[in-house]
Amino acid sequence: MIGDQPWNHLAADFGFILSVILFMVAIMRLGKVKTARSGNGMAAVAMLLAVVSQLVHEGQMDFIYIIIGLGVGSLVGLVMALKVKMTQMPEMVALLNGFGGLASMFVGIASYFQYVEAQATSEKKGLFDIVVTNLDKMMGGFNGINLMLAILVGAVTFTGSIVAFLKLSEKMSGKPILVPLRHVINGMLLLVPLALSVLAVWGPGSMALNLTFVIIVSLMALLLGIMLVIPIGGGDMPVVISLLNSYSGVAAALTGFTINSPVLIVSGSLVGASGIILTQIMCKAMNRSLMNVMFGGFGAEPAAGAGDKKDDGYKNVKSCDVEEAAMVLADAQSCIIIPGYGMAVAQAQHAVRELADAMSKRGCQMRYAIHPVAGRMPGHMNVLLAEANVPYDQLLEMDAINNDFKNTDVAIVIGANDVVNPAAKDNKASPLYGMPVLNVEEARSVFVIKRSLGAGFAGVKNELFEKDNVRMVYADGRKACEDLLKALKEA
Amino acid sequence: MTGIIILELYVFVLACFAGFQLISKVPPTLHTPLMSGSNAISGITVLGALWVTKVTPEAPFGTSTVFGMLACALAMINVVGGFVVTEKMMGMFKKKT
Repeated sequence: MIGDQPWNHLAADFGFILSVILFMVAIMRLGKVKTARSGNGMAAVAMLLAVVSQLVHEGQMDFIYIIIGLGVGSLVGLVMALKVKMTQMPEMVALLNGFGGLASMFVGIASYFQYVEAQATSEKKGLFDIVVTNLDKMMGGFNGINLMLAILVGAVTFTGSIVAFLKLSEKMSGKPILVPLRHVINGMLLLVPLALSVLAVWGPGSMALNLTFVIIVSLMALLLGIMLVIPIGGGDMPVVISLLNSYSGVAAALTGFTINSPVLIVSGSLVGASGIILTQIMCKAMNRSLMNVMFGGFGAEPAAGAGDKKDDGYKNVKSCDVEEAAMVLADAQSCIIIPGYGMAVAQAQHAVRELADAMSKRGCQMRYAIHPVAGRMPGHMNVLLAEANVPYDQLLEMDAINNDFKNTDVAIVIGANDVVNPAAKDNKASPLYGMPVLNVEEARSVFVIKRSLGAGFAGVKNELFEKDNVRMVYADGRKACEDLLKALKEA
Repeated sequence: MTGIIILELYVFVLACFAGFQLISKVPPTLHTPLMSGSNAISGITVLGALWVTKVTPEAPFGTSTVFGMLACALAMINVVGGFVVTEKMMGMFKKKT
């Protein structure tokens, strides 16, 4: 049928195919350290090619509205990305993802109006005077139901990401908020929009009725996004961001079904599928199922006081000052640093690296143990330490380093808590039980740099702090590292 | 019409499969760039936004154009912000001694 196609459609289709290939190769390259950077550039080129191809495909039209939209968005995105600090990365990704979701939702709403407005124009009638039946008769049932689903998933992605953004930037408490009967409410918020979507597509249909359905579905889905994320604690945000990222891909794929665009379907589902895989990797690292993360309200009950009281049932905790710690560090032959969210909060990554440099100058082997869910987004610690110029071959995954703790002189825990809690291994009553943790307590001596004995995000007491070889250094992470460095130079 | 739908479903299934395969073994160092990079790719919904924003004699300026323009802008924030942020992060993963 190639002969029947206008030249611009043909050219656009070749552009689309090329951009799909580029997207695939780009995602593959993003998954390897050496090629990741070029993968990102390649994805950007693929995106540009796809946009240009789409414009070529449309051919004759009034470009002014498109140029305004694209221009304003690009500018805002550029400014936001250039201004953001490395420590704000988790909330930035959440926010950007939310915009993508909202865009898909608006595409859904706009394509509904596109159809009715086109009909009103061709019949030369007002918008509410046209005889509209249902979406099935207007655009076909398959396109119609995907239009409604794009609105639904886009809306959930949007508000879910915004709540994640608020929790991560601490504009809102990271603690789980448990609404009574939330499972029933959430079930309603999902089933009612689904039912209304079916009615809009195959129901009796009229302009007023369909519009009402679109509005109600949008509002309920927006509420559902909020309801789904508020019961999830700040510590589980890496999983949530990764999952919401997957949702935004699904929403894009759904808009692709609505307007019959293969390139949208392919790239949307690539993102959807890869997001799910990443989410699973995160869940496995915490030894919890996705269901448990989504519905658990994890850490809500014990957090109700544990976070505020300083000495919550701790016995035999030994603390030491910076000079004492520095003396041990001065003699160490091997040292492993375990960073956590606290390092990000204290912005201690540069101070940590300076301390590590000073120690390796003294002949100490320095390594970092990175727990898969340390921090507030996947790979959070890696990004921060890379910012501080720590060579990435010093950063070791949990499985690669966990057996080395017993041959290590000193372990320094900076702002990590739940991921080093031995209760996860031997205390069946602990909510953390079963989560793989770092075997920090096996090191000859352990220093825990922490402001107080307050609980981590899980709100669980950390049995590590009571071990005989563990010393607490009560200080802000950055200040502690700077003081340790000073004391080390004098030692 | 049914033929197109079936073809689209084929495309969807194969793309999902490719997505699963492409990501299966990714070192944790790259979890963040991968996530923010694929987050930028999800802004591909901008193509849908272009489609609904178009103004032609058959599809004049209207509510769809307004929502379309908003969608164009939002999707581009996602795309440009996402790629630049990823580039920023990747710039730090240079091999150092």
